[in-house]
Amino acid sequence: MTAAANTSPAPWRADLFILPLIVALGALAALIEAARSPDPAMVIQAWTFLACMIAIGAFYLKTYGGGIPLEEREGYANNVVKAGVIASMFWGIAGMLVGLIIALQLSFPNLFYFPDWAWTNFGRMRPLHTSAVIFAFGGNVLIATSFYVVQRTSRARLFGGSLPWFVFWGYNTFIVLAGTGYLLGVTEGREYAEPEWYADLWLTVVWVGYLLTFLGTIIKRKEPHIYVANWFYLAFIATIAMLHIVNNLSIPVSPLETKSVSLFSGVQDALTQWWYGHNAVGFFLTAGFLGIMYYFIPKRAERPVYSYRLSIVHFWTLIFIYIWAGPHHLLYTALPDWAQTLGMTFSVILWMPSWGGMINGLMTLSGAWDKLRTDPVIRMLVVSVAFYGMSTFEGPVMSVRTVNALSHYTNWTIGHVHSGALGWVGYVSFGALYCLVPWLWKKKALFSNALVEWHFWISTLGIVLYITSMWVAGIMQGLMWRAYNDFGFLEYSFVETVVAMHPYYIIRALGGLMYLTGVLIMAYNLWRTVKDAPAEAAVPANLVAAEAV
Amino acid sequence: MEGLDYETVLAFCQSWSVVYFSLMFAVAIAYALWPSNQKGFREAAALPLQDDGDI
Repeated sequence: MTAAANTSPAPWRADLFILPLIVALGALAALIEAARSPDPAMVIQAWTFLACMIAIGAFYLKTYGGGIPLEEREGYANNVVKAGVIASMFWGIAGMLVGLIIALQLSFPNLFYFPDWAWTNFGRMRPLHTSAVIFAFGGNVLIATSFYVVQRTSRARLFGGSLPWFVFWGYNTFIVLAGTGYLLGVTEGREYAEPEWYADLWLTVVWVGYLLTFLGTIIKRKEPHIYVANWFYLAFIATIAMLHIVNNLSIPVSPLETKSVSLFSGVQDALTQWWYGHNAVGFFLTAGFLGIMYYFIPKRAERPVYSYRLSIVHFWTLIFIYIWAGPHHLLYTALPDWAQTLGMTFSVILWMPSWGGMINGLMTLSGAWDKLRTDPVIRMLVVSVAFYGMSTFEGPVMSVRTVNALSHYTNWTIGHVHSGALGWVGYVSFGALYCLVPWLWKKKALFSNALVEWHFWISTLGIVLYITSMWVAGIMQGLMWRAYNDFGFLEYSFVETVVAMHPYYIIRALGGLMYLTGVLIMAYNLWRTVKDAPAEAAVPANLVAAEAV
Repeated sequence: MEGLDYETVLAFCQSWSVVYFSLMFAVAIAYALWPSNQKGFREAAALPLQDDGDI
């Protein structure tokens, strides 16, 4: 009875034909692989993928089996954003837990090394950690916030009917396929692009759906202007599509096996990988999250963007310059000297748009600085922008040849990445999620502001421990590697540098534990907000009456 | 392909990219500062503050 009341007879809709067809074709391909593949890893991957396809099929049946649900006929699409928030929290905890485990493996190799279980090896767990935090946590945050923001700033419902749901489930299928693949030892060995050819193909299909959803919503917008946050999201989606396809141009050794071979070789391959790798940082971890900054900071501070003109210059300079910075990962290699210089120069120039954006984010608080004291969520957002400024200053410094000669291959790089990842990406995501949960579940406020304070201070201390220990460890490591004695021999053996870094590895693991603790507090707080926080005040009766007239 | 060797492509890229980049930058600055755009930008800056409620 209730099911009938909440749905209405379905008019023929293309998305309800095409998307289940894609899922069915995926399931068919998985069945063929599972039945015919001689590669045991491929068989497990195929069954995993099939299970995901069945889950998506079941979702379609349950949601659309009785007609179009009412939620899909009016207002904004909120349920898919809610699902994205839940997935973000789940993957965030999982990815950071794996990060803590591999930090402990490096600190206490005698305790956390299990030769009988190949899947626990550092070489498999490390890409699991990086992909889980960047693509699973970060990706779900980006999909959820972009879906939320583009609807509000366009004043239009998401385009494509069930397409946003397909993007959500399809993307998380890719995550499961990639993560379980790493544990099985399936990898392309390309930094931040480890998934093999079939997972890459699936992601390409999903990403086209993402681009269509986002572009379609912008095209049917009722606001004349395309808000700057949407420019950043769009640059992120479009550029990641290009990077993903070019970096993953490869030929499988057989359609029934996991292994594939890249079309590039030698230094061309190295440059392609770091063109991709650095722009994963630039467009996934920067442009996408700047979209979050440009919506959630003004919204939460209740102040307009400090300078819209600056945001335009920020956008165009950032995307035109970032794309050239990749070669700074290949200084002192076989890459032609001029290309190395190009990468270094563009990285240094990049400092300017980055700080322009930072100033714009921070100054948006003009007239609302008191909120830093009273609202821990806005403090989190502002600290994230401060970390953005810090890591985008450190990055150009490290890209300078002479500095890179010391920092490259050392833990300094790990520290740098984590000041950006924990400080900027993590905090701007947490701030957005703390905003989104009460908004989406129609609550007056979060369950507990005090718990946000605890989260903020425990995590911030954790970040400080993490980055300072890695600075000390990295610079020490670099100096030890280059030290010569009076006879021109190397002063230290490799293992001496490892011993010297041991205390700093332990401090790093402690920092990671504190960061994870903060996220667990956050998950509890958000769960209690959904479950127990008082609902938003209903619209006063006289207003409802006035509307009716 | 005579004349289109590595050195030629390199020389072309290294000189014309400077012009191309300067031009793109000038266009972005001009668009951001163009007087008739300012009213729209002022409204856009406050866009997130006016989107409460449903469609």
